[in-house]
Amino acid sequence: MMTLLFTMDLLLVLEKFLLIGAVISFALVVAMYTTYAERKIAAWMQDRRGPNRAGPLGLLQPVADGVKLFFKEEIIPIASNRFLFVLGPALAMITAMLTSAVIPWGEYIEVLGRKVNLQIADVNIGILYVFGVVSMGVYGIMIGGWASNNKFSLLAAVRGASQIISYELAMGLSLISLLMMTGSLSLKTIVEQQMNGSWNIVYQPLGFLIFIICVFAECNRTPFDLPEAENELNFGYHQEYSSMKLGLYLFSEYVNMFISSAVMATLFFGGYDIPFVDESALAASWGPNLTALFCFMALFAKVLFFLFVFIWVRWTIPRFRYDQLMDLGWKKLIPLALANMIITAVVMLLIKN
Amino acid sequence: MERLTNRVKVMEQKPMSFMESLYLPAIFKGMAITFKHMFRKKATINYPEEKRPFSPIFRGLHVLNRDEEGRENCTACGLCAVACPAEAITMEAAERTPNEEHLYREEKYAAKYEINMLRCIFCGLCEEACPKDAIYLSETFAPSSFTRKSFIYSKDELLIPHPVNEPEKFEAAKGAREARQKN
Repeated sequence: MMTLLFTMDLLLVLEKFLLIGAVISFALVVAMYTTYAERKIAAWMQDRRGPNRAGPLGLLQPVADGVKLFFKEEIIPIASNRFLFVLGPALAMITAMLTSAVIPWGEYIEVLGRKVNLQIADVNIGILYVFGVVSMGVYGIMIGGWASNNKFSLLAAVRGASQIISYELAMGLSLISLLMMTGSLSLKTIVEQQMNGSWNIVYQPLGFLIFIICVFAECNRTPFDLPEAENELNFGYHQEYSSMKLGLYLFSEYVNMFISSAVMATLFFGGYDIPFVDESALAASWGPNLTALFCFMALFAKVLFFLFVFIWVRWTIPRFRYDQLMDLGWKKLIPLALANMIITAVVMLLIKN
Repeated sequence: MERLTNRVKVMEQKPMSFMESLYLPAIFKGMAITFKHMFRKKATINYPEEKRPFSPIFRGLHVLNRDEEGRENCTACGLCAVACPAEAITMEAAERTPNEEHLYREEKYAAKYEINMLRCIFCGLCEEACPKDAIYLSETFAPSSFTRKSFIYSKDELLIPHPVNEPEKFEAAKGAREARQKN
């Protein structure tokens, strides 16, 4: 093991660690301020003002919320399964973060003559990895709900599990038609194809629609927030949680939103592609570092737009009833995704011949 | 069955069409509405910095009035206590001594004057009953507190600040009463 470590490029290890640290802290800060944006936008949509007391424009509000959660009493119910009770929120947070590993945040930068890829891991099965991690996310909810030993939590966990599993099918099917076009599972390759051609949303509008609906369901966001339905299930699976364990559950939702926005931007909206700009010409004139910065800004703008859509939808539409949710998933989205797949296949064959 | 009014709206109960069952058109319509609301005028105000104007007949906390020289108007006649439907007012009268003439306007004054703000219903009958213009309801709200005892306001909490010694505080406590009475 030690010899393996030494034979590896130590600088590469360091580089990856720094990149991981940067991505995770960035994701956390963005998630923090998404909570602030959520409250502000919710307020505006309801003709209110939103938080404006803590700091200028209320910008310190997320810090105040975090500090409050840290100082709350940590309660672990006697009847709960202690180990799983602690494991639940940790798992929710870890799976929320893990997906960020395969997202390309930019092309590359040059530091001290080294070419640093702005992607933690350019695995050739990137999308499969995303699916694998996302389906693990359901364990955070299930374990948390079950370990609480509370019937509301348990019901919520069962709901959450069945919802996420149902919508994963439609999600996967909608992506298959995208994969038939790109022919690659690597997110970096998909982005590079979009940089040379046009964005995938042009070819796959229906696929994107199905995908975004499924992403809403996977993130447990309204209208699919049945696991935490506060008026039916008393906040559902995190009812027994307090202090920062509750904070991790709430926070992982926002991290999930951020990461899935990044995935949507990468798959359908060109990733770090700046619209109407030739990046290779830009890199030639401005150097790779500045170009990477602008590419990252482009990706971040797309992510912010999707985050806004998440919030916008949440404060517009009410929650689905459970049977409506299952109807939509199984009877509408899966057939639509299948139809989309067949149409894509037929059109591709017609173009080829 | 014959209808009583022509306002009845008959609902059609037909199954949703495919587009409707996708919910999307309705969702987009709703999103357009919420987006429009983001730019509307806010219904709320930044309260401690901004305050809404009171209605001319607003009845807030009581004020025990003084005349221009700063002498208390109240003669402890007890008419306010009699008028009070909630029995919130209690008082004790005392006789003015010769060296107290700068403190009290008439020979009799209220040595103790208490209003229980938890009993008070802010009807303003005490103000109407007072023959000496000694008590009126101002534009201050009842503040919050942790104890019931602190809601029994004694004379030093009710008295308006001295108009000669503390003119600024007096003006602030007076409220817009005179302007209202002119109208």
